[in-house]
Amino acid sequence: MKIHYYPGCTLKVTATQFESSAIASAQALGVEMLELQRWNCCGTVYSLANDDLIRQLAPIRNLIRVRNENGNAVTTLCSMCLNTLKSANLLINENPEKKRTINAFMDEEEDYDGGVEVVHLLEILRDRVGFEEVRGKVTQPLSGLRASPYYGCLLLRPEEIGIDRAESPTILEDLLKSMSAEPIDSPYKAECCGSYQTVDKADLVIEKTRDIVSWAARNKAQCIVVSCPLCFFNLDERQKDLAERESGTALLPVFYFTQLLALALGLGAEVCGFQKHVIDPRPLLSSKGFI
Amino acid sequence: MSRIGVFICHCGENIARTVDCARLAEESGKLPGVMVSVDYKYMCSDPGQNMIKRAIAEHKLDGVVVAACSPHMHEPTFRAAVVQSGMNPYLCEMANIREHCSWVHTDRELATEKAIDLVRVMVEKVKRNQELFPIRVPITKRALVIGGGIAGIQAALDIAAGGHEVILVERQPSVGGNMARLSETFPTLDCSQCILTPRMVEVARDPRITLYTYAEVEEVEGFVGNFKVKIRQKAKSVNADICNGCGDCWNKCPMKKIPSEFDAGLGYRTAIYVPFPQAVPNTPVIDREHCLKFLKDKCGVCAKVCTRGAIDYEMQDEIIEAEVGAIVVATGYDLYGIGKEQPNERWKGYGEYNYDTYKDVINGIQFERLLSASGPTQGEVRRPSDGKVPKSVAFIACVGSRDPEKGIEYCSKICCMYVAKHAMLYKHKVHDGQPYIFYMDIRAGGKNYEEFVRRAVEEDGVLYIRGRVSKIYKDGDQLVVVGADTLSDSQVQIRADLVVLATAMVPHKNAYEFAQKIGIACGSEGFYSEAHPKLRPVETMTAGIYLAGACQAPKDIPDAVAQASAAASKVQLLFSSDELEREPIVAKVNEVTCVHCRNCIRVCPYSAIDDKEIRDRHGNLIRMVAEVNEGMCMGCGTCVAACPSKSVQLAGFNDEQVFAEILALGHE
Ligand SMILES: Cc1cc2nc3c(=O)[nH]c(=O)nc-3n(C[C@H](O)[C@H](O)[C@H](O)COP(=O)(O)OP(=O)(O)OC[C@H]3O[C@@H](n4cnc5c(N)ncnc54)[C@H](O)[C@@H]3O)c2cc1C
Ligand code: SF4
Ligand code: SF4
Repeated sequence: MKIHYYPGCTLKVTATQFESSAIASAQALGVEMLELQRWNCCGTVYSLANDDLIRQLAPIRNLIRVRNENGNAVTTLCSMCLNTLKSANLLINENPEKKRTINAFMDEEEDYDGGVEVVHLLEILRDRVGFEEVRGKVTQPLSGLRASPYYGCLLLRPEEIGIDRAESPTILEDLLKSMSAEPIDSPYKAECCGSYQTVDKADLVIEKTRDIVSWAARNKAQCIVVSCPLCFFNLDERQKDLAERESGTALLPVFYFTQLLALALGLGAEVCGFQKHVIDPRPLLSSKGFI
Repeated sequence: MSRIGVFICHCGENIARTVDCARLAEESGKLPGVMVSVDYKYMCSDPGQNMIKRAIAEHKLDGVVVAACSPHMHEPTFRAAVVQSGMNPYLCEMANIREHCSWVHTDRELATEKAIDLVRVMVEKVKRNQELFPIRVPITKRALVIGGGIAGIQAALDIAAGGHEVILVERQPSVGGNMARLSETFPTLDCSQCILTPRMVEVARDPRITLYTYAEVEEVEGFVGNFKVKIRQKAKSVNADICNGCGDCWNKCPMKKIPSEFDAGLGYRTAIYVPFPQAVPNTPVIDREHCLKFLKDKCGVCAKVCTRGAIDYEMQDEIIEAEVGAIVVATGYDLYGIGKEQPNERWKGYGEYNYDTYKDVINGIQFERLLSASGPTQGEVRRPSDGKVPKSVAFIACVGSRDPEKGIEYCSKICCMYVAKHAMLYKHKVHDGQPYIFYMDIRAGGKNYEEFVRRAVEEDGVLYIRGRVSKIYKDGDQLVVVGADTLSDSQVQIRADLVVLATAMVPHKNAYEFAQKIGIACGSEGFYSEAHPKLRPVETMTAGIYLAGACQAPKDIPDAVAQASAAASKVQLLFSSDELEREPIVAKVNEVTCVHCRNCIRVCPYSAIDDKEIRDRHGNLIRMVAEVNEGMCMGCGTCVAACPSKSVQLAGFNDEQVFAEILALGHE
């Protein structure tokens, strides 16, 4: 199966290990992710303030690029990108008036018909590949790895575009189980990580990080699993800040789900870019014999 | 030649303000066949009615048109008046010049013209009216009560006390319903079992009441006064006539780990069981889905230990047919399911409360069982997970209720009260414990209800927190309840040992199908609909079927009992005469022209039409026709419109009358 792939900027800069592990894992599961030839910024938080239509141009333009390449669907990895693209799609499909305005404004591009489906890689794994199929392809079971899934907010909310139940999601848990890892449930798993507050209110994000990480540590998790580059940054980087401030804090490595998937599928550490992590996950992985 | 009288009412100013009544009377008087035409301020008053009566005698009238308000309002009044002068009531008609004219128009000139039209139409109809006589149908003076909760019990006892036979059908092995599961009841805190069980015994003992438990109503046919019902008596596998309830069988049954429905899953029962020790009747039933004999053809212990030989594995379901004149539906309620299994697509909220995942998150009925002396903990408050006495308990109101996003729109009405009761009873049993209540508003309307809630706050130290709970998670062996306190505008976290959710009261899962089966209506949520929300609260739209208890709307015990007694008195009213009088506005098939196409049979919404055989005097079948059952026909006229050979006519509204009305409209 082939699907168009919209990377977004973070995946090309700070989260390259997310991209490389995702593309390799998808490939191994028979999903070819075709990067769009042209794409631009997804619109980020600005487009989520939907009372201002001009902010929707960026996400819509990306969807037009998919159409230009004769695509009906596009996948993406970053939660923010998923959210902006899906929200924009929903907004104009529910408001034909707004669709007309946007199309009238963009004169270089063809009109957008609202028909591109936006799906997260996790949804592809669940709905098209199937977790049973994943289980069958696992060559390196992650047995004994106690991992606490952390969804953050943008994958799940608002409910209309969320990829799982907003209050009690299980998609990451189900994936982890298919790789024989042990998911550790957390009450914080669907809470916000502090997001962009990290830029000018680092303290606030450190607080959130403490809640999330200390819960996981207390419940004997060995690592945290995320799907969003911003969550990753906050939990990885700010955890280090926290540890500098408060001695005795356990340091839990943070993974993109695709990194664990790549290991489980036997694709090796090369595609996982572990050297980019602030908290080095390699000691944990080698102690388990996964690398 | 007709002799019609026209009587025009001003309705105070209601009509006269917009319609020139004097002119209307004058114009009406000129219509052919009208002998007298007068107007008066209040035609429905005594002098007004006398005016009509006198005119009938004086002018030898053979038809009356009263131009006034809607026939819904006063047709019975005026028809009763003409009867007093010896006229058949169906020769009196009303022209509605209030709702249909003065109230909806402003132009006096035009309104008056329209009123003249309306009167002319009615005069033409009345000329063609025929005398009609009420239909009399016999009444079977026996009532069926469906559901043996407190409402059904009360209705059955009242009807029996009035001297009539009652059949009471309960689908569980015992009567008692939800009230039997309660500990103590607000607002007086009297013990639920103590006030209920004597009534349960009475129901079983009363010679006029036939009790079927473990049974369901399968079919209802017929009409008011003359219902034919089929009841399925499920096989109990125990012969109730021989069994003396000694309990040897259920004490020896090896299947001991079946979650007890009565204890809402907190306790266990055996495969052969009575739901609770005070059950009525006290004979057990075998739950065949869990019995080894039926599952694997093994065991058979109960038959061996039963010294009286009451166990009968061969017993079959039995269909009991009965004739009844009235039906009281008292099937009660269920609780909003917030567990993993949701009853329907719309109700899927509250996964974040982790009911069904955490053992110490329970619902209100489960807490009742923990409080109850006959419950799984003998009345000690011990939490399900580890049996510890909880030192802090969080009660959460409105779980499902008043939440159109995730649950249902309505207020369940009783939870505010039982939540206060729960907190209070908990405090009475665990003196050093702390109860918290998360709530939206406190709705305590009812005699001594507000006082009860104040007592919980002031004397028992219950902490009320106004706000919703966003999630509940487990930390160690405690539950952390995260919520908002909207009065202090802050977030709160309570560490609780036990959480009790006041889940909404909802209709039974199959309430809609059941309503269809017995032919009554229910609202969108599935509660059964009363005929009129204010004036006919215990009747359904189907004559002869009445409602009692929480199957109609969320209710507490006092309300359920009051409604049950009201329904019983309606039944007795019906049973107070030997025959039923019905309006003769019914359809009739002309058997000579009927071609038996069966269109009418198909379209009749009340199933009032049937096939009829026409035979010669030797009994040979000549042909088939349709026949209307006068007892069931509601006079809707659907069949009249559907008949291709114009063989059905509605008495009082036949073609001739209706066409005359239409023609009169075209007339200038
Ligand atoms: C947690 C909790 C606490 C409460 N505390 C109080 C309190 O303190 N004070 C108070 O006044 N009220 C209290 N109530 C309310 C009380 O339970 C109800 O008002 C009362 O039980 C209603 O009685 P009912 O007969 O209408 O319905 P139910 O008690 O539900 O009885 C209905 C009966 O009909 C049977 N049935 C259902 N369908 C069929 C069918 N198709 N055929 C045959 N039988 C059928 C059922 O098995 C059941 O036996 C409480 C309710 C809850 C949930
Ligand atoms: S036969 Fe069935 S009901 Fe009787 S004792 Fe055995 S398991 Fe229990
Ligand atoms: S009665 Fe009280 S607790 Fe129950 S739904 Fe209404 S407001 Fe909520």
